[in-house]
Amino acid sequence: MTELPLIGDAPVAAESRLNGAKIGVVTFPGTLDDRDAARAVRLAGGTAVALWHADTELADVDAVVIPGGFSYGDYLRAGAISRFAPLMSKIIDAANSDAKLPVLGICNGFQILTESHLLPGSMIKNDHLKFLCRDQVLRVENNTTAWTTDYEAGQEILVPLKNQDGQYIADEKTLDALEAEGRVAFRYVGFNPNGSRRDIAGITNAAGNVVGLMPHPEHAVEPGFGPESNAGTDGLGFFTSVLNKIVGGAK
Amino acid sequence: MTTETNKKFNIDTVENAANTPDTELPWAELGLKQNEFDEIVKVLGRRPTGAELAMYSVMWSEHCSYKSSKNHLRQFGQKVTEEMKKDMLVGIGENAGVTNLGDGWAVTFKIESHNSPSFVEPYQGAATGIGGIVRDIISMGARPVAVMDPLRFGEIDHPDTARVMHGAVAGIGGYGNSLGLPNIGGEMVFDAVYQGNPLVNALAVGVMRHEDIRLANASGKGNKVVLFGARTGGDGIGGASVLASESFDDTKPSKRPAVQVGDPFAEKVLIECCLELFKGSLVEGIQDLGAAGISCATSELASNGDGGMQVELTSVLLRDPTLTPGEILMSESQERMMAVVTPENVEAFEAVMDKWAVEYAWLGEVTDTGRLIITWEGEVIVDVDPRTVAHDGPVYDRPYARPSWQDALQADTFTGSVQDAGRPSAPSELAAAVTELVASPNMCDKSWITKQYDRYVGGNTAMAFPDDAGVVRVDEETGLGVALATDANGRYTYLDPYNGAQLALAEAYRNVATSGAVPMAVSDCLNFGSPEDPDVMWQLAESIRGLSDACMELGVPVTGGNVSLYNQTGTTPIHPSPVVAVLGKLDDVARRTPSGWKEDGQAIYLLGTTAAELDGSEWAKLRGHLGGLPPRVDLAAERQLGEILINASRDGMVDSAHDLSEGGLAAALVESALRYGVGARIALEELLERDGVDLFTALFSESQARAIVSVPRSEEVRFKDMCTARGFAHLRIGVVDAASNALEINGVEAMSLDALREAHEGTLPKYFG
Repeated sequence: MTELPLIGDAPVAAESRLNGAKIGVVTFPGTLDDRDAARAVRLAGGTAVALWHADTELADVDAVVIPGGFSYGDYLRAGAISRFAPLMSKIIDAANSDAKLPVLGICNGFQILTESHLLPGSMIKNDHLKFLCRDQVLRVENNTTAWTTDYEAGQEILVPLKNQDGQYIADEKTLDALEAEGRVAFRYVGFNPNGSRRDIAGITNAAGNVVGLMPHPEHAVEPGFGPESNAGTDGLGFFTSVLNKIVGGAK
Repeated sequence: MTTETNKKFNIDTVENAANTPDTELPWAELGLKQNEFDEIVKVLGRRPTGAELAMYSVMWSEHCSYKSSKNHLRQFGQKVTEEMKKDMLVGIGENAGVTNLGDGWAVTFKIESHNSPSFVEPYQGAATGIGGIVRDIISMGARPVAVMDPLRFGEIDHPDTARVMHGAVAGIGGYGNSLGLPNIGGEMVFDAVYQGNPLVNALAVGVMRHEDIRLANASGKGNKVVLFGARTGGDGIGGASVLASESFDDTKPSKRPAVQVGDPFAEKVLIECCLELFKGSLVEGIQDLGAAGISCATSELASNGDGGMQVELTSVLLRDPTLTPGEILMSESQERMMAVVTPENVEAFEAVMDKWAVEYAWLGEVTDTGRLIITWEGEVIVDVDPRTVAHDGPVYDRPYARPSWQDALQADTFTGSVQDAGRPSAPSELAAAVTELVASPNMCDKSWITKQYDRYVGGNTAMAFPDDAGVVRVDEETGLGVALATDANGRYTYLDPYNGAQLALAEAYRNVATSGAVPMAVSDCLNFGSPEDPDVMWQLAESIRGLSDACMELGVPVTGGNVSLYNQTGTTPIHPSPVVAVLGKLDDVARRTPSGWKEDGQAIYLLGTTAAELDGSEWAKLRGHLGGLPPRVDLAAERQLGEILINASRDGMVDSAHDLSEGGLAAALVESALRYGVGARIALEELLERDGVDLFTALFSESQARAIVSVPRSEEVRFKDMCTARGFAHLRIGVVDAASNALEINGVEAMSLDALREAHEGTLPKYFG
């Protein structure tokens, strides 16, 4: 499926050496931030490829973003239905394969990744029971994953957060293991917006290729359209990290 | 199976109706008056069938037919110059008006009410309000890109307000957030007049290429009629006719089941599915199903087309198989669309439906008979001229007269009233007054509400609350975008409906210009009491006259809107509340002007002049007074001010701009300071001398056509020259002071930003948790 940007043409890629890298963006029924994820890929210099949940083959992509939204209306449980999409089984296989396909799940995408058991734990309703949209400070706890190498370890970044079911939970043993193995990728700083255990905003798998988080880095990639401080582009590093990894070598 | 279904009812066929002229029909229960029922019999030449009665009753309801307001609404179409028509691609009458943005882009927007359902069931009422207005936008061929919600509830401390507040805000968020539409602004007003009748209005805006504009008509004999989206259920039956067209009355049985239930996921899929249909040019005409459901869609499509339509009602996919034909025709189940498709496109249409897993049913086809024929198992149950249902409903010239109490109300000015006793004047009193004002329910920070809405989704939100207007980028390459603001002041309009309606337009116009956008078009949602009350009817007539005159003078045409009547509790109507939405255009959204100060040392200018205008003000409300005359309207000044703000934005002469409206200069200064947490030093002596007012009046008067701007030092000369050349009053009243962390106004005790913030932001959480 080829999908045009919402409105207007795609801006020209910033760094032409990266645009050979193709990043798939999956659309499920009810996905909302797919165009935004594709825009972030483009602004980071890569080529975005639209993927459809019902596709039975994973197109020739170098990485995959599972974007935010309310796939299947969050009915039953956020991500619970999408997890069974034909394309998801391909993504699960590719992520677990020796090739270790880089996969980023944002918000609903993170929920789909936990439902798929690519990442441990789960998300429940925010502790205050309301949808919350705010600019949120995160600390990058692990800068060695496929999606975080362009950040400094311990770097604090500002990205939008917007969800209703964002409270990360897991049993104590899992949480201890995540901490011990350095798999807590992002932590909320200053304010825990949803009651997540140990202020966890995002995690990675052991191999570092699969990362999920509730906040939305794809909404902090363009000055004037993201958070008002820090230039509003702190999220771009997710996408440049994976593109640089794909193309090979540091910038 | 259908035969079995058939047996469940005594199907009242057209033939049966002709043979049984004396059968009693429940027309009164369906909201029709005797003269209206007689008219239906006259039009048909026989008694209507049950199904026909259902159709006429909903389509001839106040909500659908505009029967009390039509005669007055004509002015919006009449008071339009050629210049105003220049950019209007589709005017009043379609699902929503369409305005040319240039570069091949078009924008469509509309505001509607969902008041009564939101009182009965706040969550679903508000949610389906969003759903309905978004479908209007899709019907035009556009991709919806943002929503806004003007809200008016009862007093903040009334026990029932929290119920409405929690439900409506969660409903707007729950539905809008799930559609992927950023919520970029709106209003929140608390006033006792809305206690038993809150106003929940919803605005949606969409964009499209010119060639994608779609209209609601069924043309071309043999073309197929299809209903798609959600299944038809028992929710919302008679919602339009019964709920929206009568006042709440405790003595009648509960009408609760009449509120529709929303499924935002189905709507999101419907949006994407429709856009794919448009992209493939697979539909000839399309219409959303809103009030009056299939009755409205079939009769309007057929009436706007060039022929007739034949529909088999048992083909409709049902959620509830026990529904009668009349109920199916009246059901207001959400997330449904009706389209007309050529036989060649049927297969491609079905492929799109299958891709998005959307259910559909082919109901019939377009004919050239000029009749809308609806059958049930082949038996004719409706045979009407669709125009008589959709367009030729009753029109009333309701009697109206200036209320007997209006003169006394206008004579009761605030200045010198009992409530004005002890007016603040000492520096500490003035500081306390400013703090009290910005903490008041209407002037306080509204982020308790707005943080429950997704402002980011879509990635094109260039500005949102709390700035004066919401700004959305349309073209990512050029930065072309639109700005939107909605405003109304029920207190002003109560004092003087003609001028009050103009003030609503003036404020929305000013807000759009403040953002740097050029105002282009207007959509209005006229919320009033019962048109059968001559006082209310006068308020409505005067408001429409005032608004249409002002649109002409400002050169912005009304492209669509909605009238909501019978907003009252018992015999007590709400304040007349014409909510006006103005849409503007920004050539590059990067040039938008936010409302807060940032850079230390920038000069703060006040544009416009200040008179002693406290009647109807927020200060007067705080003191429990409502009387006198609203601020003077000066549309020529509004236009001039708008031009200055637009030029200043385009040429980079100002870094911030904030309009002065409710709460006057005091509110604007505090909001500009708190926006980014940057203070200022203000001196108003020169203003007091020039305008002949005291410091209290300078701070709290709500004189119109005013704004404050912050100007970089390098631009000051150029900016002053521009204002001087245009002969517009401008005065340097202060300087941005980043170090002070306070708002310092000469003659007013210094106010720390921390204390102001605590007061401003504490109010809603205090009442709503």
